[in-house]
Amino acid sequence: MTSVPFSSGEVDPYRHGPRAEPYRGPDAPGHGGGGAAPKRVVVAYGFWIFLLSDIVLFSCLFASYAVLVNATADGPSGHDIFSRGSVAIETACLLASSFTCGTASLAMEARSKLWFYVAMAVTCLLGLGFLFLEANEFIGLVSQDYGPGRSAFLTAFFSLVGCHGLHVSVGILWLLTMMAQVFAKGFRPDIERRVFCFALFWHTLDIIWVAIFSLVYLMGVVS
Amino acid sequence: MTGHDAHGQDWDRAPGEEYINGLGMGQAFALYGVGLFLAVLLTAVSFYISGTGIVWKPSIPVALVVLAIAQMGIHVVFFLHITTGPENTNNVMALGFGILIVLLIVVGSVWIMNHMNHSMLPMQQIMQMQR
Repeated sequence: MTSVPFSSGEVDPYRHGPRAEPYRGPDAPGHGGGGAAPKRVVVAYGFWIFLLSDIVLFSCLFASYAVLVNATADGPSGHDIFSRGSVAIETACLLASSFTCGTASLAMEARSKLWFYVAMAVTCLLGLGFLFLEANEFIGLVSQDYGPGRSAFLTAFFSLVGCHGLHVSVGILWLLTMMAQVFAKGFRPDIERRVFCFALFWHTLDIIWVAIFSLVYLMGVVS
Repeated sequence: MTGHDAHGQDWDRAPGEEYINGLGMGQAFALYGVGLFLAVLLTAVSFYISGTGIVWKPSIPVALVVLAIAQMGIHVVFFLHITTGPENTNNVMALGFGILIVLLIVVGSVWIMNHMNHSMLPMQQIMQMQR
Protein backbone atom coordinates (compact mmCIF):
# COMPACT_ATOMS: atom_id res chain seq x y z
CA MET A 1 0.00 0.00 0.00
CA THR A 2 1.45 3.33 -0.98
CA SER A 3 1.01 6.19 1.42
CA VAL A 4 -0.53 9.25 -0.14
CA PRO A 5 0.75 12.35 1.59
CA PHE A 6 -1.73 15.08 2.50
CA SER A 7 -1.34 18.40 0.78
CA SER A 8 0.27 19.70 3.95
CA GLY A 9 2.89 16.98 3.64
CA GLU A 10 1.55 15.02 6.63
CA VAL A 11 1.17 11.25 6.44
CA ASP A 12 -2.36 9.88 6.53
CA PRO A 13 -2.82 8.83 10.17
CA TYR A 14 -5.39 6.17 9.17
CA ARG A 15 -2.88 4.33 6.99
CA HIS A 16 -2.53 0.68 7.99
CA GLY A 17 0.73 -1.10 8.61
CA PRO A 18 3.88 0.35 10.16
CA ARG A 19 3.41 4.03 10.73
CA ALA A 20 5.81 6.75 9.79
CA GLU A 21 6.76 9.63 12.05
CA PRO A 22 5.18 11.52 13.72
CA TYR A 23 2.99 8.52 14.49
CA ARG A 24 5.58 6.71 16.58
CA GLY A 25 7.47 5.20 13.69
CA PRO A 26 7.67 1.63 12.37
CA ASP A 27 9.00 0.45 15.72
CA ALA A 28 5.68 1.22 17.47
CA PRO A 29 4.28 -1.97 19.04
CA GLY A 30 1.43 -3.62 17.17
CA HIS A 31 2.51 -2.28 13.79
CA GLY A 32 4.98 -4.72 12.38
CA GLY A 33 8.49 -3.73 13.31
CA GLY A 34 7.81 -3.06 16.97
CA GLY A 35 6.55 -6.54 17.84
CA ALA A 36 3.22 -7.40 19.38
CA ALA A 37 0.95 -4.77 20.90
CA PRO A 38 0.99 -4.53 24.71
CA LYS A 39 -1.01 -7.24 26.48
CA ARG A 40 -3.41 -4.62 27.87
CA VAL A 41 -4.46 -3.67 24.34
CA VAL A 42 -4.63 -7.26 23.06
CA VAL A 43 -6.73 -8.48 26.01
CA ALA A 44 -9.19 -5.59 25.80
CA TYR A 45 -9.47 -5.98 22.02
CA GLY A 46 -10.19 -9.71 22.33
CA PHE A 47 -12.81 -9.02 24.96
CA TRP A 48 -14.31 -6.35 22.69
CA ILE A 49 -14.71 -9.05 19.99
CA PHE A 50 -16.43 -11.32 22.56
CA LEU A 51 -18.78 -8.49 23.56
CA LEU A 52 -19.70 -7.90 19.93
CA SER A 53 -20.52 -11.60 19.57
CA ASP A 54 -22.66 -11.30 22.70
CA ILE A 55 -24.48 -8.38 21.06
CA VAL A 56 -25.08 -10.60 18.03
CA LEU A 57 -26.59 -13.23 20.38
CA PHE A 58 -28.94 -10.58 21.77
CA SER A 59 -29.82 -9.44 18.26
CA CYS A 60 -31.15 -12.98 17.59
CA LEU A 61 -33.36 -12.72 20.67
CA PHE A 62 -34.49 -9.24 19.56
CA ALA A 63 -35.31 -10.57 16.11
CA SER A 64 -37.39 -13.43 17.51
CA TYR A 65 -39.17 -11.00 19.84
CA ALA A 66 -39.95 -8.67 16.93
CA VAL A 67 -41.34 -11.58 14.91
CA LEU A 68 -43.44 -13.00 17.76
CA VAL A 69 -44.61 -9.78 19.42
CA ASN A 70 -48.16 -10.12 18.03
CA ALA A 71 -48.45 -13.89 18.64
CA THR A 72 -50.26 -13.43 21.94
CA ALA A 73 -52.58 -16.47 21.59
CA ASP A 74 -55.46 -14.44 23.12
CA GLY A 75 -53.25 -13.81 26.14
CA PRO A 76 -51.98 -10.45 27.36
CA SER A 77 -50.08 -8.10 25.04
CA GLY A 78 -47.27 -5.80 26.06
CA HIS A 79 -49.77 -3.02 26.62
CA ASP A 80 -51.48 -5.04 29.38
CA ILE A 81 -48.45 -6.18 31.37
CA PHE A 82 -45.73 -3.49 31.10
CA SER A 83 -45.58 -0.68 33.64
CA ARG A 84 -43.53 2.39 32.77
CA GLY A 85 -42.84 3.23 36.41
CA SER A 86 -40.76 0.20 37.33
CA VAL A 87 -38.96 0.25 33.95
CA ALA A 88 -38.00 3.88 34.57
CA ILE A 89 -36.47 2.96 37.95
CA GLU A 90 -34.66 -0.05 36.45
CA THR A 91 -33.25 2.21 33.71
CA ALA A 92 -32.14 4.80 36.26
CA CYS A 93 -30.36 2.05 38.24
CA LEU A 94 -28.44 0.81 35.21
CA LEU A 95 -27.53 4.27 33.88
CA ALA A 96 -26.23 5.36 37.28
CA SER A 97 -24.34 2.07 37.68
CA SER A 98 -22.63 2.62 34.33
CA PHE A 99 -21.44 6.00 35.63
CA THR A 100 -20.19 4.57 38.94
CA CYS A 101 -18.48 1.72 37.05
CA GLY A 102 -16.62 4.35 35.00
CA THR A 103 -15.71 6.08 38.25
CA ALA A 104 -14.30 2.78 39.54
CA SER A 105 -12.01 2.41 36.51
CA LEU A 106 -10.83 6.01 36.99
CA ALA A 107 -10.17 5.25 40.67
CA MET A 108 -8.11 2.28 39.53
CA GLU A 109 -6.11 4.53 37.18
CA ALA A 110 -5.52 6.87 40.11
CA ARG A 111 -4.55 3.90 42.32
CA SER A 112 -7.10 4.88 44.94
CA LYS A 113 -8.32 1.71 46.66
CA LEU A 114 -10.89 3.52 48.78
CA TRP A 115 -12.65 5.17 45.83
CA PHE A 116 -12.41 1.94 43.87
CA TYR A 117 -14.23 0.02 46.62
CA VAL A 118 -16.83 2.76 47.08
CA ALA A 119 -17.58 3.03 43.36
CA MET A 120 -17.70 -0.76 42.89
CA ALA A 121 -19.96 -1.19 45.95
CA VAL A 122 -22.39 1.44 44.64
CA THR A 123 -22.33 -0.24 41.21
CA CYS A 124 -23.12 -3.57 42.89
CA LEU A 125 -26.02 -2.12 44.90
CA LEU A 126 -27.53 -0.46 41.80
CA GLY A 127 -27.20 -3.73 39.89
CA LEU A 128 -28.88 -5.63 42.72
CA GLY A 129 -31.67 -3.04 42.78
CA PHE A 130 -32.19 -3.60 39.06
CA LEU A 131 -32.29 -7.38 39.51
CA PHE A 132 -34.74 -7.07 42.44
CA LEU A 133 -37.19 -5.02 40.34
CA GLU A 134 -36.88 -7.37 37.38
CA ALA A 135 -37.38 -10.47 39.55
CA ASN A 136 -40.44 -8.79 41.08
CA GLU A 137 -41.88 -8.18 37.63
CA PHE A 138 -41.25 -11.77 36.52
CA ILE A 139 -42.75 -13.24 39.71
CA GLY A 140 -45.79 -10.99 39.32
CA LEU A 141 -46.33 -12.15 35.74
CA VAL A 142 -45.91 -15.85 36.54
CA SER A 143 -48.28 -15.62 39.50
CA GLN A 144 -50.93 -14.17 37.17
CA ASP A 145 -50.47 -17.23 34.94
CA TYR A 146 -48.65 -15.09 32.37
CA GLY A 147 -45.50 -17.24 32.46
CA PRO A 148 -43.27 -17.98 29.47
CA GLY A 149 -45.54 -20.88 28.50
CA ARG A 150 -48.62 -18.70 28.02
CA SER A 151 -47.92 -17.45 24.49
CA ALA A 152 -45.12 -17.13 21.95
CA PHE A 153 -44.97 -13.42 22.76
CA LEU A 154 -44.31 -14.15 26.44
CA THR A 155 -41.74 -16.84 25.59
CA ALA A 156 -39.79 -14.33 23.48
CA PHE A 157 -40.18 -11.64 26.14
CA PHE A 158 -38.93 -13.84 28.97
CA SER A 159 -35.96 -15.17 26.96
CA LEU A 160 -34.83 -11.71 25.87
CA VAL A 161 -35.24 -9.86 29.17
CA GLY A 162 -34.24 -12.94 31.20
CA CYS A 163 -31.03 -13.34 29.19
CA HIS A 164 -30.13 -9.74 29.95
CA GLY A 165 -30.95 -10.30 33.64
CA LEU A 166 -28.73 -13.39 33.64
CA HIS A 167 -25.88 -11.32 32.20
CA VAL A 168 -26.37 -8.72 34.95
CA SER A 169 -26.29 -11.47 37.61
CA VAL A 170 -23.04 -12.85 36.20
CA GLY A 171 -21.71 -9.28 36.05
CA ILE A 172 -22.43 -8.79 39.76
CA LEU A 173 -20.58 -12.02 40.63
CA TRP A 174 -17.68 -10.81 38.50
CA LEU A 175 -17.78 -7.39 40.21
CA LEU A 176 -17.56 -8.97 43.68
CA THR A 177 -14.69 -11.20 42.51
CA MET A 178 -12.82 -8.13 41.27
CA MET A 179 -13.28 -6.32 44.58
CA ALA A 180 -11.93 -9.39 46.38
CA GLN A 181 -8.98 -9.70 44.00
CA VAL A 182 -8.03 -6.03 44.34
CA PHE A 183 -8.30 -6.47 48.11
CA ALA A 184 -6.10 -9.59 48.12
CA LYS A 185 -3.63 -8.78 45.36
CA GLY A 186 -3.77 -5.01 44.82
CA PHE A 187 -3.71 -3.25 41.44
CA ARG A 188 -1.43 -5.74 39.71
CA PRO A 189 -1.32 -5.50 35.89
CA ASP A 190 -3.27 -8.77 35.47
CA ILE A 191 -5.95 -7.68 37.96
CA GLU A 192 -6.10 -4.33 36.20
CA ARG A 193 -6.82 -6.06 32.88
CA ARG A 194 -9.66 -8.06 34.48
CA VAL A 195 -11.25 -4.96 36.01
CA PHE A 196 -10.91 -3.29 32.64
CA CYS A 197 -12.77 -6.13 30.89
CA PHE A 198 -15.43 -6.08 33.59
CA ALA A 199 -16.03 -2.37 32.95
CA LEU A 200 -16.43 -3.04 29.22
CA PHE A 201 -18.89 -5.85 30.00
CA TRP A 202 -20.96 -3.67 32.33
CA HIS A 203 -21.17 -0.75 29.86
CA THR A 204 -22.23 -3.17 27.11
CA LEU A 205 -25.05 -4.54 29.28
CA ASP A 206 -26.26 -0.97 29.65
CA ILE A 207 -26.30 -0.55 25.87
CA ILE A 208 -28.40 -3.70 25.51
CA TRP A 209 -30.78 -2.45 28.19
CA VAL A 210 -31.26 0.77 26.19
CA ALA A 211 -32.53 -1.35 23.30
CA ILE A 212 -34.74 -3.41 25.64
CA PHE A 213 -36.45 -0.52 27.39
CA SER A 214 -37.05 1.40 24.15
CA LEU A 215 -37.98 -1.39 21.76
CA VAL A 216 -39.70 -3.84 24.15
CA TYR A 217 -41.21 -1.88 27.04
CA LEU A 218 -41.94 1.60 25.66
CA MET A 219 -42.93 0.24 22.23
CA GLY A 220 -45.22 -2.27 24.02
CA VAL A 221 -46.83 0.42 26.14
CA VAL A 222 -47.47 2.61 23.09
CA SER A 223 -49.04 0.03 20.80
CA MET B 1 -2.13 15.46 18.53
CA THR B 2 1.16 14.43 19.94
CA GLY B 3 0.95 10.71 19.36
CA HIS B 4 1.72 9.99 22.99
CA ASP B 5 -1.01 8.59 25.17
CA ALA B 6 -1.07 8.72 28.96
CA HIS B 7 0.84 5.46 29.24
CA GLY B 8 3.44 6.78 26.82
CA GLN B 9 4.17 3.40 25.28
CA ASP B 10 2.05 2.84 22.18
CA TRP B 11 -0.32 4.41 19.78
CA ASP B 12 -3.13 1.87 19.51
CA ARG B 13 -5.76 2.14 22.18
CA ALA B 14 -7.80 -0.55 23.89
CA PRO B 15 -11.58 -0.11 23.80
CA GLY B 16 -12.73 1.64 26.96
CA GLU B 17 -9.51 3.44 27.77
CA GLU B 18 -10.27 6.73 29.45
CA TYR B 19 -7.37 8.86 28.36
CA ILE B 20 -8.31 10.80 25.27
CA ASN B 21 -5.52 13.05 24.01
CA GLY B 22 -3.98 13.11 27.46
CA LEU B 23 -6.96 14.30 29.46
CA GLY B 24 -6.42 14.64 33.20
CA MET B 25 -8.31 12.67 35.81
CA GLY B 26 -10.83 15.45 36.47
CA GLN B 27 -11.58 15.88 32.78
CA ALA B 28 -11.97 12.14 32.28
CA PHE B 29 -14.45 12.11 35.17
CA ALA B 30 -16.31 15.08 33.67
CA LEU B 31 -16.53 13.17 30.38
CA TYR B 32 -18.40 10.34 32.14
CA GLY B 33 -20.64 13.04 33.64
CA VAL B 34 -21.41 14.46 30.20
CA GLY B 35 -22.20 10.95 28.95
CA LEU B 36 -24.51 10.31 31.89
CA PHE B 37 -26.26 13.65 31.35
CA LEU B 38 -26.87 12.99 27.63
CA ALA B 39 -28.01 9.42 28.30
CA VAL B 40 -30.47 10.55 30.99
CA LEU B 41 -31.74 13.29 28.67
CA LEU B 42 -32.42 10.85 25.80
CA THR B 43 -34.01 8.33 28.20
CA ALA B 44 -36.28 11.01 29.64
CA VAL B 45 -37.36 12.06 26.14
CA SER B 46 -38.11 8.41 25.23
CA PHE B 47 -40.26 7.92 28.33
CA TYR B 48 -41.94 11.29 27.85
CA ILE B 49 -43.03 10.84 24.24
CA SER B 50 -44.25 7.29 24.90
CA GLY B 51 -46.69 8.65 27.51
CA THR B 52 -48.16 11.77 25.93
CA GLY B 53 -50.19 12.60 22.87
CA ILE B 54 -47.86 15.44 21.98
CA VAL B 55 -46.30 13.41 19.13
CA TRP B 56 -48.31 12.06 16.23
CA LYS B 57 -49.15 8.52 17.36
CA PRO B 58 -47.90 6.44 14.39
CA SER B 59 -44.55 8.24 14.51
CA ILE B 60 -43.80 7.27 18.13
CA PRO B 61 -42.22 3.85 17.32
CA VAL B 62 -39.90 5.51 14.78
CA ALA B 63 -38.98 8.19 17.30
CA LEU B 64 -38.25 5.51 19.92
CA VAL B 65 -35.95 3.64 17.52
CA VAL B 66 -34.09 6.84 16.62
CA LEU B 67 -33.70 7.85 20.27
CA ALA B 68 -32.49 4.36 21.20
CA ILE B 69 -29.84 4.39 18.45
CA ALA B 70 -28.75 7.88 19.49
CA GLN B 71 -28.42 6.77 23.11
CA MET B 72 -26.43 3.69 22.15
CA GLY B 73 -24.08 6.02 20.26
CA ILE B 74 -23.69 8.16 23.38
CA HIS B 75 -22.84 5.05 25.41
CA VAL B 76 -20.30 3.85 22.85
CA VAL B 77 -18.54 7.22 22.73
CA PHE B 78 -18.67 8.35 26.36
CA PHE B 79 -18.59 5.04 28.26
CA LEU B 80 -16.77 2.63 25.92
CA HIS B 81 -14.59 5.45 24.54
CA ILE B 82 -14.71 4.20 20.96
CA THR B 83 -13.72 7.18 18.84
CA THR B 84 -12.97 7.73 15.18
CA GLY B 85 -9.31 8.53 15.80
CA PRO B 86 -6.54 6.57 14.04
CA GLU B 87 -5.59 4.87 17.33
CA ASN B 88 -9.07 3.31 17.44
CA THR B 89 -9.26 1.93 13.91
CA ASN B 90 -9.26 -1.74 14.96
CA ASN B 91 -12.01 -1.22 17.53
CA VAL B 92 -14.19 0.69 15.07
CA MET B 93 -13.69 -1.97 12.37
CA ALA B 94 -14.85 -4.70 14.78
CA LEU B 95 -17.82 -2.57 15.85
CA GLY B 96 -18.77 -1.92 12.23
CA PHE B 97 -18.74 -5.63 11.46
CA GLY B 98 -20.85 -6.32 14.57
CA ILE B 99 -23.41 -3.72 13.50
CA LEU B 100 -23.56 -5.27 10.02
CA ILE B 101 -24.34 -8.72 11.45
CA VAL B 102 -26.93 -7.31 13.89
CA LEU B 103 -28.69 -5.45 11.08
CA LEU B 104 -28.66 -8.53 8.84
CA ILE B 105 -30.21 -10.66 11.59
CA VAL B 106 -32.84 -8.21 12.83
CA VAL B 107 -33.91 -6.54 9.59
CA GLY B 108 -33.68 -9.83 7.67
CA SER B 109 -35.83 -11.75 10.16
CA VAL B 110 -38.49 -9.06 10.40
CA TRP B 111 -38.59 -8.60 6.64
CA ILE B 112 -38.80 -12.29 5.78
CA MET B 113 -41.31 -13.20 8.49
CA ASN B 114 -43.59 -10.26 7.65
CA HIS B 115 -43.48 -11.29 4.01
CA MET B 116 -44.42 -14.86 4.90
CA ASN B 117 -47.24 -13.68 7.17
CA HIS B 118 -48.46 -11.54 4.32
CA SER B 119 -48.54 -14.35 1.75
CA MET B 120 -50.12 -16.90 4.09
CA LEU B 121 -53.78 -17.75 3.60
CA PRO B 122 -56.10 -16.35 6.27
CA MET B 123 -56.59 -18.85 9.13
CA GLN B 124 -60.28 -19.51 8.27
CA GLN B 125 -59.43 -20.56 4.75
CA ILE B 126 -56.81 -22.99 6.02
CA MET B 127 -59.39 -24.51 8.36
CA GLN B 128 -61.85 -24.90 5.49
CA MET B 129 -59.28 -26.60 3.33
CA GLN B 130 -58.58 -29.11 6.10
CA ARG B 131 -62.20 -30.24 6.23
